[in-house]
Amino acid sequence: MADTNFDVIVVGGGPGGYVCAIRCAQLGLKTAVVERERLGGICLNWGCIPTKALLRSSEIWHLMHRLGEFGFSADNFKFDIAKIVARSRAVSQQLSNGVGFLMKKHKITVIAGEAKLTGKGKLTVMSGGKPSDYTAKNIVLATGARARTLPGMEPDGLLIWTYREAMVPPSFPKSLLVVGSGAIGIEFASFYRTLGAEVTVVEVLDRVLPVEDEEISAFAAKAFTKQGMKLKTGTTVTELKKGADNVTCTLKAKDGKLETITVDRVILAMGIVGNVENIGLEAAGIKVDRTHVVAGKFGETGVDGVWAIGDLVGGPWLAHKAMHEGVIVAEKIAGVKGVHPLNTSNVPGCTYCWPQVASVGMTEAKAKESGRKIKVGKFPFIGNGKAIALGEAEGLVKTVFDATTGELLGAHMIGAEVTELIQGYVIAKTGELTDEELAHTIFPHPTLSEMMHEAVLAADNKAMHI
Amino acid sequence: MATNILMPALSPTMEEGKLARWLVKEGDTVKSGTILAEIETDKATMEFEAVDEGRIGKILVPEGSEGVKVNAPIAILLDEGEKLGAMDIPAAMKDIKAAVKSEIAPPGAGGAQSTKAEAPKAEAPKAAPAPSAPAAHPAGEGNRLFASPLARRIAAQKGVDLAALAGSGPRGRIVAHDVEHAQPGLPRPAAAAPAAASGGGAQGTTGFAALPDAKLFYKVGEYEEIPHDSMRKAIAKRLTAAKALIPHYYLTIDCNLTSLMATREALNSAAPKNKEKQPAYKLSVNDFVVKASAMALIRHPDVNASWTDTAILRHKHADVGIAVAIPSGLITPIVFAAETKGLAQISNEVKELAGKAKDKKLKPNEYEGGGFSVSNLGMFGVKEFTSIINPPQSCIIAVGAGEERAIVVNGKIEVATMMSVTMSCDHRVVDGATGAKFLQTFKQFIEEPASMLL
Repeated sequence: MADTNFDVIVVGGGPGGYVCAIRCAQLGLKTAVVERERLGGICLNWGCIPTKALLRSSEIWHLMHRLGEFGFSADNFKFDIAKIVARSRAVSQQLSNGVGFLMKKHKITVIAGEAKLTGKGKLTVMSGGKPSDYTAKNIVLATGARARTLPGMEPDGLLIWTYREAMVPPSFPKSLLVVGSGAIGIEFASFYRTLGAEVTVVEVLDRVLPVEDEEISAFAAKAFTKQGMKLKTGTTVTELKKGADNVTCTLKAKDGKLETITVDRVILAMGIVGNVENIGLEAAGIKVDRTHVVAGKFGETGVDGVWAIGDLVGGPWLAHKAMHEGVIVAEKIAGVKGVHPLNTSNVPGCTYCWPQVASVGMTEAKAKESGRKIKVGKFPFIGNGKAIALGEAEGLVKTVFDATTGELLGAHMIGAEVTELIQGYVIAKTGELTDEELAHTIFPHPTLSEMMHEAVLAADNKAMHI
Repeated sequence: MATNILMPALSPTMEEGKLARWLVKEGDTVKSGTILAEIETDKATMEFEAVDEGRIGKILVPEGSEGVKVNAPIAILLDEGEKLGAMDIPAAMKDIKAAVKSEIAPPGAGGAQSTKAEAPKAEAPKAAPAPSAPAAHPAGEGNRLFASPLARRIAAQKGVDLAALAGSGPRGRIVAHDVEHAQPGLPRPAAAAPAAASGGGAQGTTGFAALPDAKLFYKVGEYEEIPHDSMRKAIAKRLTAAKALIPHYYLTIDCNLTSLMATREALNSAAPKNKEKQPAYKLSVNDFVVKASAMALIRHPDVNASWTDTAILRHKHADVGIAVAIPSGLITPIVFAAETKGLAQISNEVKELAGKAKDKKLKPNEYEGGGFSVSNLGMFGVKEFTSIINPPQSCIIAVGAGEERAIVVNGKIEVATMMSVTMSCDHRVVDGATGAKFLQTFKQFIEEPASMLL
């Protein structure tokens, strides 16, 4: 008879759930994870990781077109979408297996099936139509989220895709409409455009990547347009009419003007909704607000012994935020002293389009709105030796400081490898370093990171290489 | 595969402990439930059981090691048949260096101890530095103040004295939030109190001149040196903090025990006896004191409370701690929800707790928390005394001996058995009249125990 009683059962084996389980196990708690599909969740199987594998392929494709610039010549190169997809799937598989190994290493029981709260400290897991009952002192809900759909715009998996189908295209579409220009939409737009598809992006707001700083948005829009992407901001989709092997889309601009375009496929990326259904939330008395569980700053649901983390709760809906919440909840459960709640203004965001975008904290506009006296520093990639040597002279680093206290309010970057660079500013923000410590920090030469230094200095008009 | 056995946290507040004794050796096979070691905290010695099965591959922390941090690896557990890999030890050992504190005395006293023999006089001025900081920030290492650069900048701009603040960041580091919520120019003694009480400790409290090292006054060889064990250190740290940071005041009341002694006698002689002629209970005066305290606490919830920065926590049950002297110090096990328990149950529970305390077998959940304490030195003939409040509680009563005294009743001198009780109160929680009303009720219950039945 398998063990059915645990200190902690985590529902959902995504990045929030499995990390929470590992931390619980590290703290000596007897832990289990319930997963209905594959360990690693969306992030690892259908999100962050496989898209990075796809985008690596499109980046190489892009570089192959620039071979001459670096002193090479070759011609007649081709890509095979099936192989690109196969590599992406293999990467996912390897990492999902890795999570399985981590569960084993930490002696965490993995329960396959769908879990539902059935009473205080009780869960029923349905697996292959058979229910099994479990008990736990603490239950952590980490069921994640899925793509948002709107009436009349339901994905069918064939012509109208969500991220799931877009990640495993059976053939390469010649033309695409991407609905939504957040991180998910723009990454797919970038992947398909770089490999040669005609890509149109529709965004209801007045700019692409609308959560980013305006200046970064504008920079990105210019770069995407130069690559041949068509961006339609302030525009909505009013109708998707499916043909035999194409979709006719009616778009409505802000001024009411209608336009029809016909594309091979449509990718819906209009945000996400929390997976709040069929987990027994209502019966347990757990509050849900617009498809997300209402949780306290330490993941408390208001019901004793039930916690919630990750995409299931409030944003930002990012894997690294879910992981951090998983750790916080595990430590709260174990009674670790001095656990701090997550500070959302210190959560970085990364978009792996080309050029990459990364940011943390307030945009310039938000900082101004907050009523502070601010100072802004900017430094372009063209002023950086390493960027030029790499052949990546397109980009910008921007810092926003409180002019009175020197607090780093936000940092915004666009260009090569900025997703790897942003953590420097995140550490600075988390450790509450001011402009002064950052100015006194020695950045290695020649690196792209020097631009981060220069963008700090620029806020006081002290930048060197511009 | 090899896994690390980690130093357990035996209570929510435990940060480090002494690995008193290993009960297994390298090569031993263990299964879930095997007792691996004895861990000594500042309060108790507890057995540490294995959770997983396997074989002890390597003991990383030798027995007798003090200051072993919670979650530090203390041994490596191997699966059956598995050999210890070369990789396993270095990885684990790295953590150990950080985890096991060297056995050097705490900062401040440390320098003096190691060099005193050679140059005792040179140390004297160092031992009493002029207090430069006006308020009490619990400094960690030496007197360094930990604050983020942003916190420092905002403090300078707002005119906030960082030394007066309690940090809410990692390891008590002062962060911007702490400064933003501080009053300019005003230290926050209330906020500093709990932080210092829990973490700062005696030596870490700036603003007080350090006391001279007693060793400077006596010749080596004319005294026996007894190193502090962890309980002694905890008593020193907690009580120094409690006395320094809690605004104590004291209320004394005399109780006439005539009726109580008669009730006690009647109840004890009526106790049913078992086959060995042992009575089912034997009530002491102190059992009545515990019961009367519990009943009075329920009548006066203002007294049954704890101070926090932002609120007073009013407890729903009367959890009464009883100070128990044990050979190495003292500990205060708790009779939980004493208002719901009868005298016989209280009496037997106290006996059991005291026995466990003497054997150092109390579990943290048997002595942590509580809403009130009773300290009784009557058995030593002490007439009256004052106690130091036992945080996080707000009040403690010091109970003196029941003794025959001449009292005046209706203008005539009579002889009665009297007992003096002095309550120490935390003025932040319990104001004078509140404390006095509580004592009045307590006295009524003691003088007429039957009224507890009402």
